[in-house]
Amino acid sequence: MAKSVEDRERVIIRFAGDSGDGMQLAGSRFTDATAMVGNDLATLPNFPAEIRAPAGTLAGVSTFQIHFASRDILTPGDAPNVLVAMNPAALKANLSELDRGATIIVNEDAFTKRNLEKAGYATNPLEDGSLSAHRVHRIPMTTLTVRAVEGIEDVSTRDAGRAKNLFALGVLSWLYGRPTEITKQWIEQKFARKPGVVQANLKAFNAGWSFGETTELLDVQYRVKPATDVPPGTYRNVNGTTALTLGLIAASVRSGLPLVLASYPITPASEILHELSRHARFGVSTIQAEDEIAAAGMALGAAFGGRLGVTATSGPGMDLKAETIGLAVALELPLVVIDVQRAGPSTGMPTKTEQSDLLMALYGRHGESPLPVIAPSTAAGCFDAAFEAARIAIDYRTPVIVLSDSFLASSSEPWKVPDVADLPAIDPRFADGGAVDGAVDGDGVADSDGAFLPYSRDERLARPWAVPGTPGLQHRIGGLEKADGTGNISYDGANHARMTRVRAEKVAGIARGLPPLAVDAEPGARLLVLGWGSSEGAIRAGVRRAREAGHTVARAHLRHLNPLPENTGDVLRSFDRVLVPEMNSGQLAQVLRARFLVDVESFCKLEGQPLFAAEIEREIAERQ
Amino acid sequence: MTHNGAGGDVLTLTKADFQSDQETRWCPGCGDYAVLSAVQQFMPELGIPPERIVFVTGIGCAGRFSYYMNTYGMHGIHGRGPALATGLATAREDLSIWIVTGDGDSLSIGGNHLIHALRRNVPLKILLMNNQIYGLTKGQASPTSELGKITKSTPFGVSDHPFNPVALALGAEATFVARTIDRDRQHLTEVLRAASQHEGAALIEIYQNCPVFNDGAFAALTEKDVKDANQIRLEPGRPIRFGADGERGIVRSPEGGLEIVDVADCGEASLLVHDPQHADPGVAFSLARLAEDPTAPTPIGIFRDVRRPVYGRTALPAAPASDAQLSELLLSGDTWTVA
Repeated sequence: MAKSVEDRERVIIRFAGDSGDGMQLAGSRFTDATAMVGNDLATLPNFPAEIRAPAGTLAGVSTFQIHFASRDILTPGDAPNVLVAMNPAALKANLSELDRGATIIVNEDAFTKRNLEKAGYATNPLEDGSLSAHRVHRIPMTTLTVRAVEGIEDVSTRDAGRAKNLFALGVLSWLYGRPTEITKQWIEQKFARKPGVVQANLKAFNAGWSFGETTELLDVQYRVKPATDVPPGTYRNVNGTTALTLGLIAASVRSGLPLVLASYPITPASEILHELSRHARFGVSTIQAEDEIAAAGMALGAAFGGRLGVTATSGPGMDLKAETIGLAVALELPLVVIDVQRAGPSTGMPTKTEQSDLLMALYGRHGESPLPVIAPSTAAGCFDAAFEAARIAIDYRTPVIVLSDSFLASSSEPWKVPDVADLPAIDPRFADGGAVDGAVDGDGVADSDGAFLPYSRDERLARPWAVPGTPGLQHRIGGLEKADGTGNISYDGANHARMTRVRAEKVAGIARGLPPLAVDAEPGARLLVLGWGSSEGAIRAGVRRAREAGHTVARAHLRHLNPLPENTGDVLRSFDRVLVPEMNSGQLAQVLRARFLVDVESFCKLEGQPLFAAEIEREIAERQ
Repeated sequence: MTHNGAGGDVLTLTKADFQSDQETRWCPGCGDYAVLSAVQQFMPELGIPPERIVFVTGIGCAGRFSYYMNTYGMHGIHGRGPALATGLATAREDLSIWIVTGDGDSLSIGGNHLIHALRRNVPLKILLMNNQIYGLTKGQASPTSELGKITKSTPFGVSDHPFNPVALALGAEATFVARTIDRDRQHLTEVLRAASQHEGAALIEIYQNCPVFNDGAFAALTEKDVKDANQIRLEPGRPIRFGADGERGIVRSPEGGLEIVDVADCGEASLLVHDPQHADPGVAFSLARLAEDPTAPTPIGIFRDVRRPVYGRTALPAAPASDAQLSELLLSGDTWTVA
């Protein structure tokens, strides 16, 4: 039968099923095929904190959302246009997020009495009319999959049923005209050692595709044209974790400093340890430490030895690392600390996102211990944030905190792969014995007798980094207050005041090398929406929609939280109203109010979910 | 140590090369002075230039040690010395790394880091100054303070069972464990030498007298009139016997442990022959626990010295990749080009 093709500018699909249904796999395969088409895209997986939540229950639902379009995409999308529900629990857990008219594709076979009970349905929603606001396609996916793979050797009926995610993927691939070769190749490579599984999955995938093509159930195929406003270049799809680890390795290569990552397993930061541990041939050493404290200490010990020391964790680990970060402030050694934020306090919600560690990053240490804080704003931007953090740490001999979050870590988007030659070289400027041996104060690191001064300062107020093994520069550093210049222990009050000031001035001075806060403003805009960190996509999309709706609004985004760009105060004061959306109770707003005496308004979201464009649009509309 | 001087040159170093210009500030009579002096005296023997030696310390009186050595040094945070040093050792195989710590630093707040450094067999030499008291904070009970001890924090006596550092290290799978005494420079130096020749982690418990808050804690082992009767010197390959005339000895007890006997009663042939390289740490563990506290006959010397793969020694490259390799990495996975 002839099927019509309709164009769509953008589509949001959510694959939802039980943890064991393979939804992450189906979603990521669909993503790769979508990237091949040339659509812009963004994705967001969401899975239960429990590794094996009871099958068929709401707690066990795992989802993968992809937003793809023919224009540039800023977020993984708010409400899905299409929900693929592999069982009643998946339907129930996601239904409330669908708009009227959204398409629902269900695995009809899973809507058994027992599964309905597990999901808490008294009646079958496919029968009782409760889905009348939506377009529902009922497909007996399990039956069709089992039938498709019948007769393959070494594949039991149970195994056959497990390939239904590939069947679903086949249906969706047909529906949105995704190329199939890339998926088939992936199946062949992934299961190369298990010919039976390759065959089963290929047959299931093909059966899904053919089902879409031939059945009368689906009468329209959709087309999302390639995005045309994408800058030329070579792209790959990355999530924030991958981008961040690549940024760290790039900084290692461009500084010539071997990377040492010490980490303790914690959700959602463990992936950084996993990824970096695979890159030993790049001179990367990874240590799984005995605890969070040790992880920070090991990274700092490696930095003392002249390496790029990095530790990665989430909020609960930051509590424990505070002590070592304070030591790094006193030692004035480079250290990169990555905090992949999650909802707190305490253990909180380990797999849910939040931006609630900002004040801790800025102030969460005893004594006066200022340090730079950088927050990537997109998944791909994690590459630049990691590289920048390493550069600042090395240039200024200081610990730097990178505030990523669970949303950035797991969401993905196309990344324009940079040319390595365009990445700035980072010069560690190790102190060598030359100037000291010759008793020449050439580097300003020796006194008039030629004695090394480990706490002398360069024009950035950074101290010399003299690593063990350098003859003639033996020196001792520690957490006790140091005398200016010599670094000897000093309890002198005036010296302490001077050292406290110098440490603060050094960090504040980093702002001189930062780009000013850029404002995306329309003429006559009186409202500024100012965000930070992972919410950039949602805020940009929300502002775009508000403008399309006729509102006049300006937008800016902070990636450096300390020091703030030098023009931050001027920007804030040039608008009548400033709205700061955050996934916390107004932490940045509090900082801006205190620092600039501007009556900042907060929009706070604390639901363990990223900000949505629709929420930003609404907040803007309410302030017009 | 396995390290040699650069280029095979013979280094002519003296104790003075290892003394920093900082004034030592321990209390008069502190056992730390004796240990510092013995360590500085021993260092030239390593044949390693001072710039390739690092002393890492934690918090406590012993923490000041790093400031007095003219090597590279890091005075860290309380208990975290082994963590800092493990990172350094991972980064730099070319360094000789020493940790100086105390009973509070390494057995209380830093207990976790100590046991993990030992089980990993990180190439660190750990000098644990055990004075059985908190000195820097002026006299609270430590995890090695004996039961019933009256201190500022335990006016009715210590009720927590103490750690035995040697037994703890053995339980943590340490490959080198020794015990020595601050006032016995010769023995201390012999143990330092053996530890420096050991390839992995070495833990040396040093009974160290605190003259202000716990004076005489080790008198049974240091005072002339009693020390012969109480020091059980462990010497590899030799029967374990002690006393002024070697009249006492150690045998395996019928119950499976060890017991002290009169050699005259049992005969020398029945004595336990010390073997620190024995694969099974069981006998070393029993030796460590022979005396409940050092007021009775107590073994000193090397309890265990075995070989096991050393942490961080890998065949992997120690240098970052080239720009070309980085470019290859960045472009790995599925890529597409937009013209």
